[in-house]
Amino acid sequence: MGDGTQVRGYNFAYLDEGTKRSIRRIILKAIAIPGYQVPFGSREMPLPYGWGTGGIQVTASILGPDDVLKVIDQGADDTTNAVSIRRFFSRTANISTTERTTEATIIQTRHRVPETPLHEDQILVYQVPIPEPLRWLEPRETETRKMHALEEYGVMHVKLYEDIAHYGHIATAYNYPALVNRRHVMATSPIPKFDNPKIDRIPALQIFGAGREKRIYAIPPYTEVKSLDFEDHPFSIETWDQCCAMCGDTESYLDEVITDDEGTRMFVCSDTDHCRRRRDDGHAGPGEPGEDAPGDDNGGAGKGLPG
Amino acid sequence: MYVAVKGGEKAIDNAHEILEEDRRGDLELPEIGVGQISEQLGRAVDRVMTEGSVYDPELAALAVKQAQGDLVEAIFLLRAFRATLPRLAVSRTLNTGEMRIRRRISATFKDLPGGQILGPTYDYTHRLLDFGLMAEKAANEPSGETDPSDAGDQKSRDAEGPIPKVLDLLDRDGLIETFEAGAGDEAGEEEVGDLTREPLTFPAGRDLRLQNLARGDEGFLLALGYSTQRGFGNNHPFAGEIRLGEVDVEIVPEELDFPVPLGEITVTECEMITQFKGSKEQPPKFTRGYGLAFGHCERKAMAMALVDRALRTKELGEEPKAPAQDEEFVLYHSDNVESSGFVEHLKLPHYVDFQAELTLIRKLRQEHDDPGSGSEPAAERAEAGE
Repeated sequence: MGDGTQVRGYNFAYLDEGTKRSIRRIILKAIAIPGYQVPFGSREMPLPYGWGTGGIQVTASILGPDDVLKVIDQGADDTTNAVSIRRFFSRTANISTTERTTEATIIQTRHRVPETPLHEDQILVYQVPIPEPLRWLEPRETETRKMHALEEYGVMHVKLYEDIAHYGHIATAYNYPALVNRRHVMATSPIPKFDNPKIDRIPALQIFGAGREKRIYAIPPYTEVKSLDFEDHPFSIETWDQCCAMCGDTESYLDEVITDDEGTRMFVCSDTDHCRRRRDDGHAGPGEPGEDAPGDDNGGAGKGLPG
Repeated sequence: MYVAVKGGEKAIDNAHEILEEDRRGDLELPEIGVGQISEQLGRAVDRVMTEGSVYDPELAALAVKQAQGDLVEAIFLLRAFRATLPRLAVSRTLNTGEMRIRRRISATFKDLPGGQILGPTYDYTHRLLDFGLMAEKAANEPSGETDPSDAGDQKSRDAEGPIPKVLDLLDRDGLIETFEAGAGDEAGEEEVGDLTREPLTFPAGRDLRLQNLARGDEGFLLALGYSTQRGFGNNHPFAGEIRLGEVDVEIVPEELDFPVPLGEITVTECEMITQFKGSKEQPPKFTRGYGLAFGHCERKAMAMALVDRALRTKELGEEPKAPAQDEEFVLYHSDNVESSGFVEHLKLPHYVDFQAELTLIRKLRQEHDDPGSGSEPAAERAEAGE
């Protein structure tokens, strides 16, 4: 959707070429040491820290004029910050953007991995608030860097074990820690643990940018990303009793939507492109609670809560 | 009927239009000019320049105007602009000893060479609202008859030359620590770090620490400095000297081997003196804390000097105990562009994380109410097939 109206006075994709080159060098190092957080000279972007500046700097550095960019936040292309970032790049780089996962060459995301499997010619760029998986266990960067260097991850296993001792299972729902390439424990950006299997050994390159914390890390294509667990308590993901009210999918990550003052809920796909594609293909869900369901399966779902 | 929310782009445009109307306010009133802001809201402009890391009163005033007087927002605007500027040269170390002084006070000596010069200060004003300022009349303009030399010690103006720095006087007696080697050295200018180009690592050198503190949020540094005075960190500081005035900025271009002045800037400098009881390696002496800010930012410069000294705890062989002495705590949390961005990012959607938490909490509640179901992750796909 490049409309020929690139903002004047700024370089292609906003950052100057020297800065972009320095970030690309950092990215190469990050790819060479999968899961290792490489410090970089993060710049002050015209968008606030904490709002995707890390992802934006990575995207700006790797973006070329022929790239097709997709930006999602919470899985959706139309959330306000995704709209804002997509517009930033169509203005400063005058590139094409898309909402279709399959058409994109670069996908910048916050908190989700698209449901549609990615391929080798795609790069997934994550916006990361806190890149350090050990941060909640040890607030000091000087300490956590040492822990990574010494591969000292016992404290993380103890935390997971304590969850099991307290609750009978691991009580981490998102930002579930994973071991990359059997060496570095990484923060998953945070995506829900539902998405963890989707970042393991995938054909696409994954780059994680944390602007405020000034770190970049990466998962090269086909790299093993193993969610931490125990033999007798294997990693597992959440499921819903419901399907998507709009497309009827039972396999995708669902958002809960409250539809009236009585607290009636319905569940819809978090990945808006996935949901639209399924509906285009003729799938339908049960619709909004209380409506005549056009759905093909799971009629009446959405009234209950996930068990 | 539920439809996935579309039209975020239109909503954003509309929101920004409303913001613009809100910023302009009542159209019956004349629009405020950037010149008026830099002249009449000078302290706001100075703070924005200091924490925005750009010495440009006009752009800082523009940022204040654009941000409706929200100084943290204005600082952010100036910082984002700064990030696009090329770095053409590194200036020589400012020589604040050569400052054209407008204000200079010392709390450590009753009288001293150069004297005490009060200059423009809120000190000793009675904080009574001046209703006279409500009327926008020329009658309120200052008469312009005040002789600046009356605002202080008469002797001060007799001395035409530069006014010596208080700490240099102590230095002569060997009672205060001397400068670290190289710092401020006329001949060999040391290379200084720049945390806007390279990420901060620890332990940070004093150059990076001072850069961080100079850019740091005034409120944050004020609170930390205050905490050291109340016993969280054993600092007993004296305001050795606070001076405000104009200093020259000079560079030495590569092709020339002499300095070329670029112009002058206004700065506030504060040197705190703190007692140090000595350690095995070092005799008892006074130690320094240093603060420097663009424009007239006295509170900031003082707080910065207190925190700088507190952060020298380890270097002086003292045991760090208080938050203000904790380098990582202070330097990682001082920047208000970083902190406001991250605090305010909580406004962004978190549906996905929250959904994950909802599912987890419901499960934990269920297990809490029905302990028997404790170790059965019923909602987990791993066991779905069983």
